[in-house]
Amino acid sequence: MSLFEGLSGKLQETIQKMRGKARVTEKDVKEMMREIKLALLEADVNFKVVKDFINKVSERAVGQDVLESLTPGQQVIKIVHEELIELMGKVPSKPTFSPKPPTVYMMVGLQGSGKTTTSGKIANLMRKQGKNPLLVACDIYRPAAIKQLQVVGNQLNIPVFSAGDKISPVDIAKAALEHAAKMQYDLVIIDTAGRLHIDEELMDELSFIKKAVHPHEILLVVDSMTGQDAVNVAQSFNEKLGIDGIILTKLDGDTRGGAALSVKAVTGKPIKYVGMGEKLSDLEPFYPDRMASRILGMGDVLSLIEKAQEALDEKKALEMEKKLLSQQFTFDDFLEQMQQLKKMGPLNQLIGMIPGLNAKALKNIDIDEKKMAHVEAIIKSMTKQERINPSIINGSRRKRIAAGSGTSIQEVNKLLRDFEEMKKMVKMMSDMGKRGKKGFGKLRMPF
Amino acid sequence: MGFFDKLKEGLLKTRKGITERIDQVLVSFGKIDEELFEELEEILITSDVGIETTGKIIEGLKKSVKEKKVTKPEDVKSLLKEQLKDILRDNSENKDMFFETPVVIMVIGVNGVGKTTSIGKIANLFRQKGKKVILAAGDTFRAAAIDQLEIWANRVGVEIIKHAEGSDPAAVIYDAVQAAKARKADVLICDTAGRLHTKKNLMEELKKVSRILEREIPDVRKETLLVLDATTGQNAVSQAKTFNESSDITGIVLTKLDGTAKGGIVLAIKSELNIPVKLVGVGEKMDDLQLFDADEFVEALFA
Repeated sequence: MSLFEGLSGKLQETIQKMRGKARVTEKDVKEMMREIKLALLEADVNFKVVKDFINKVSERAVGQDVLESLTPGQQVIKIVHEELIELMGKVPSKPTFSPKPPTVYMMVGLQGSGKTTTSGKIANLMRKQGKNPLLVACDIYRPAAIKQLQVVGNQLNIPVFSAGDKISPVDIAKAALEHAAKMQYDLVIIDTAGRLHIDEELMDELSFIKKAVHPHEILLVVDSMTGQDAVNVAQSFNEKLGIDGIILTKLDGDTRGGAALSVKAVTGKPIKYVGMGEKLSDLEPFYPDRMASRILGMGDVLSLIEKAQEALDEKKALEMEKKLLSQQFTFDDFLEQMQQLKKMGPLNQLIGMIPGLNAKALKNIDIDEKKMAHVEAIIKSMTKQERINPSIINGSRRKRIAAGSGTSIQEVNKLLRDFEEMKKMVKMMSDMGKRGKKGFGKLRMPF
Repeated sequence: MGFFDKLKEGLLKTRKGITERIDQVLVSFGKIDEELFEELEEILITSDVGIETTGKIIEGLKKSVKEKKVTKPEDVKSLLKEQLKDILRDNSENKDMFFETPVVIMVIGVNGVGKTTSIGKIANLFRQKGKKVILAAGDTFRAAAIDQLEIWANRVGVEIIKHAEGSDPAAVIYDAVQAAKARKADVLICDTAGRLHTKKNLMEELKKVSRILEREIPDVRKETLLVLDATTGQNAVSQAKTFNESSDITGIVLTKLDGTAKGGIVLAIKSELNIPVKLVGVGEKMDDLQLFDADEFVEALFA
């Protein structure tokens, strides 16, 4: 089950119950928060982090005016999204450099998190920004680790300082710094061996390297697929070394990447970069908003909600609703509706967000944008009179409209039929009369 | 040191995590109620078991608590243990089957999970049983991966077949198969480059390697091992699913269990995909890889 289906589907259920309410009650929020909690857990956000997060979001969500928003559910998702971004640092973090070169970056992390590849990627990125980097091979433990960094350096044509695996990493780092000073490298990137955060001996070694070379930034490299344990790892490394930033790797896979939230929450340190592939150019700045959407499993839907809120004039929508219910809805109104929809972007993506529509049920419906264009052309080929009062559209008028819009009489007939059908349906709905059932939400478009 | 102790040592952190908290929970609850189950649920989730599997386990637990008319919270623990064992137990085979030769073992997984290291350790296990082992350096992509495997080959004292970096992995495997035949090897272990399961062309490459093995040595038993990092969260399920589609996985090697990660995701994988864990890695030394045993694994968790 994809998370988006899960989350939005379940939220939708909850939201159905909230229909017609002007305010989100505590109970509603509690129900929705349970779904969001599960979604975050499924995304590998640490349990404790989820708990704190949910408490914070609940506070904000209770008592929110939901009339103002499209639907309460979307409003809540929006709050969740905003809080996620807030927690992850809002704006992309910039690299920092020492006022007295060379600047030293020290890469640390568990085995297999991607330190060596990332070292190469950062060196590459910094060189593009005008730096003259030197890579330093301090992993004397893993077989062929030094060779790996040398190969990476070779591929990039960036020099690698190494001293074999018989000298202590502390001494290698010191020697590398001297070398850098002599050769005027202004950026030194130290690749250290992967180690468990509970391995005291090896963690001490990192402290010694830190004392010896005073790195400007200690960067913790974290596999984005890490589960609940991410907090323990990040906390231990941070307590022992005082890290300055985090780099998330392997984000080009399909992981939700909840670890990003966990490590940020427990260390408070910014996520600086994300690894997006195996090529040495595949390193990108970290964008908190994208990550938030990814963790929620919502892709672009959130930005669509934003767009919808911008595009949909609430007052106009209310007016429209009134017209619909009082059977005064004309083809002009219909056209306006369509244009508002179009402003929001690709319809296939949008349809799931239309309030009241069940995204799941509509999943397989392919919305034909061409067909929409036809509908628009047909309406535009009608006279003002015809748009207000479609019943006057007789045979010859149909022929004219079809010719004018470049469509067929059949298509014109179909639109007229669908339009009447829609009006009837709206009437039926409003006749059913329940306050909670009314609304813009049940509007069905004839395409 | 016996297997049990070793696993226990490796799982020490895991055990402290899970069992101390379960005990705390059980002590603090005088009776079995919804809150108790919620706490147990929380513990499983924080072990990376995943929501779906946790839900199933807790449902099952509730059912058997009812059926068996359990009234004491501490008895719930042994029921839970039984359930975890039931899930993890591999009923399809006898565990000594793993060492039956001749066998070709293909080792696959995402980047950085410990494939090459595990291969060194697996080679060592067979070597200790007096088997002739050949390694195939099928990771021709990652910088110095071939050198890394070669160092392991020397350490363990086995042969290695390799090509240059950047060459076709399928060609390496083909050569290795011919070498294994000619030199009458008992075991051929094929390394592959780490790849994210979402990379379609790389998954096709794995299929190609499987086809070569199938064509060249159709009668030899094949073992396809997916290496999983115990620190991995829910994505491991997706990894297992996708790798399984391209190359029938026969078992999982769960690595890095000597950290604080719980590795609970194997419960989800066994429960959802019925892929058993075959080996567990509990350290960086050559003999820190052991056959997996569901009973011992769960007992060690709760010891």
